[in-house]
Amino acid sequence: MAGRPTYFDEMFGHGTAARAPYADYCDWFQHEDTARLLSKSEEAEALFRLIGVTFNVYGDPDATERLIPFDLVPRIIAAREWAKVAKGIEQRVRALNAFLHDIYHRQEIVRAGRLPAEMIARNDAFLPEMIGVSPPGDIYTHIVGTDLVRTGDDEFFVLEDNARTPSGVSYMLENRETMLHMFPELFSKIKVQSVGQYPRSLRKSLSACAPDACNGRPTIAVLTPGIHNSAYYEHAFLADQMSAELVEGHDLRVVDGRVAMRTTRGYKPIDVLYRRVDDEYLDPLNFNPDSVLGVPGIMDVYRAGGITIANAPGTGIADDKAIYSYMPDIVEFYTGEKAILQNVPTHRCSEPQALKYVLDNLADLVVKEVHGSGGYGMLVGPAASKKEIEEFRAKLEAAPGNYIAQPTLALSTVPILTDAGLAPRHVDLRPFVLVSPDRIDITPGGLTRVALTEGSLVVNSSQGGGTKDTWVLEE
Amino acid sequence: MRLNVLHKTHYTYDAPVPYGLQQVRLRPKSRLGQLVEEWRIDVTGGQVEVSFEDEHANAVDLVSFASGQTEIEITCAGIVDVEDKAGIVGPQGGYVPLWLFRRSTVLTTPGEHVQALADRAPANCSDLDRLHALSAHVLEQVPYSTDQTASDLTAEAVMQAGHGVCQDHAHVFITAARLLGFPARYVSGYLMMDDRVDQDASHAWAEAYVEGLGWVGFDISNGISPDARYVRVATGLDYRGAAPISGLRYGNAGEDMSVTLQVQQQ
Repeated sequence: MAGRPTYFDEMFGHGTAARAPYADYCDWFQHEDTARLLSKSEEAEALFRLIGVTFNVYGDPDATERLIPFDLVPRIIAAREWAKVAKGIEQRVRALNAFLHDIYHRQEIVRAGRLPAEMIARNDAFLPEMIGVSPPGDIYTHIVGTDLVRTGDDEFFVLEDNARTPSGVSYMLENRETMLHMFPELFSKIKVQSVGQYPRSLRKSLSACAPDACNGRPTIAVLTPGIHNSAYYEHAFLADQMSAELVEGHDLRVVDGRVAMRTTRGYKPIDVLYRRVDDEYLDPLNFNPDSVLGVPGIMDVYRAGGITIANAPGTGIADDKAIYSYMPDIVEFYTGEKAILQNVPTHRCSEPQALKYVLDNLADLVVKEVHGSGGYGMLVGPAASKKEIEEFRAKLEAAPGNYIAQPTLALSTVPILTDAGLAPRHVDLRPFVLVSPDRIDITPGGLTRVALTEGSLVVNSSQGGGTKDTWVLEE
Repeated sequence: MRLNVLHKTHYTYDAPVPYGLQQVRLRPKSRLGQLVEEWRIDVTGGQVEVSFEDEHANAVDLVSFASGQTEIEITCAGIVDVEDKAGIVGPQGGYVPLWLFRRSTVLTTPGEHVQALADRAPANCSDLDRLHALSAHVLEQVPYSTDQTASDLTAEAVMQAGHGVCQDHAHVFITAARLLGFPARYVSGYLMMDDRVDQDASHAWAEAYVEGLGWVGFDISNGISPDARYVRVATGLDYRGAAPISGLRYGNAGEDMSVTLQVQQQ
């Protein structure tokens, strides 16, 4: 189509023949009947409903529980492509942990003039209570979801680092389960690296971070805010899959210097708490006193070395989008190497020059809130109406420091199955990374999110995105 | 000067408390000009769960209530040798960056009254003189008085009330000092009083960071810098960060607190 940018399609590149990683799949697909596949698609949806994989959308009172649409055309990545991505993620995650340690200790990066002190001082996620705290193995972010986008054959960009609480891993696992169930023949024909070991790896990784206070086999628990949380399904799923306890704040209390869980046989100490409760609500004694979701005194026990909290409190500073803009420097500062994975060029609207540029080019840029997430409160210039742009301009001018802007990336597409056959849609990728003292474990693939609306670049499930199974091929 | 401290905090409840925790910052540490010879904390009606050092290097004990208690008592007793250092505490140690001490907290959020007070500080003098002048202005505008209506007042509310106790003075001073660009913090501790042994409450003052000198103490209520009669126990951005005891408990029991405090020269 004239005047429309051409996007890199991961199945067909810029041409019509399947790219190598997709060759076997396309060969299979050609011999399939679209009507049969579409009915399979309905079967998949029924499966998801049965299992109960749903999520809540905040700000949508009519749809408290929704299914994330699943598309059955997999996204396929060659082993060689993945190896480079994985290396880049590993480097970045190492740097993130070193950065978090530094920020809560000597702040060498600030002393060295590589990061302005205001980036930390004005960061709401910076927790003074973490100053001087060294968790076991010096690991702050145990579970990371590094969001990537692809723009070409060999071009990957990191879109954001989710060092605080990356969610979505249950979708990755369920998507694969569903595919294995529906198309067993495909998996015997095409060798795909497994993702099913994730819960075991998670357990192993968390166990390796147990505190000194732990006696014998570590007791692990998943702390959930409860059934009303949008990700409750995932909390329950992960606890079940890794044979950990699923607990809420009121199940726990400080007993004999440990955080312990009420059981029928008395209190049992928890060694590692995989918490899915935000910092602010984690401990009413130390943080928000009105919180009923947390455990009073858990920060005291943590600072005394009696429990490991994953991810560590205060890791959210690394998720700030202004900090993101410094990631190339951060990687270089702590690893001594150039970043393998590229950052999306980012304009910090707090800087007058950058602000002027952004205001002059709103129609071409993506503007995001510095502390925002989930696709809420952002402007996608090329897709916005004049009115939306003007409304956003007013917000931006009122508080420029709250925003960053990025060029609209030519996100790659992967086809989805529609009634009319295959149709390209934009995708991103959230790989899941586990960090323990002796290794960094990256599950091959991750969660591919797909913008189901033609031309849309917003993949968030809360904004009408769907998911795909992600295949990394065996060598 | 060798000071002998006995400090009991006794809580009684009008109904059994099913569960509760107290975070206790009542362990002075040996430091420049202060040598802790002996110190112990005893708890009746509860137990110490964990002890740790917080970000300000305060020694903290987390105390839990024994289930169903109606009384809990925390007793500190010890001997501390103190030297007069003319209020000078020294450089910033540890990892807390100085900018943190310029942050306002709920209790130290400035308003127009504190701003006006800060504006009165003389400009053409040394930082130290400026801070001493500020300290004097605080006491002038907020005379010492124990007939206060509320505890935990913000600095701005204290200015409006027009009188206050040591905690209020410290908050106003800290807030104004931060407006003037000085890192400033709250100090809780003990003061040996020349005219009495028994006291109603422990003491509080403030410290500001002066380039070249480091942290300097200002006892606003007494118009002096701390000397050999002062035992420095805990510091924080405000009272809440340095409070001797702060707690949380379940249930609806009403609480009554009484303090016994003796500070005397040995």
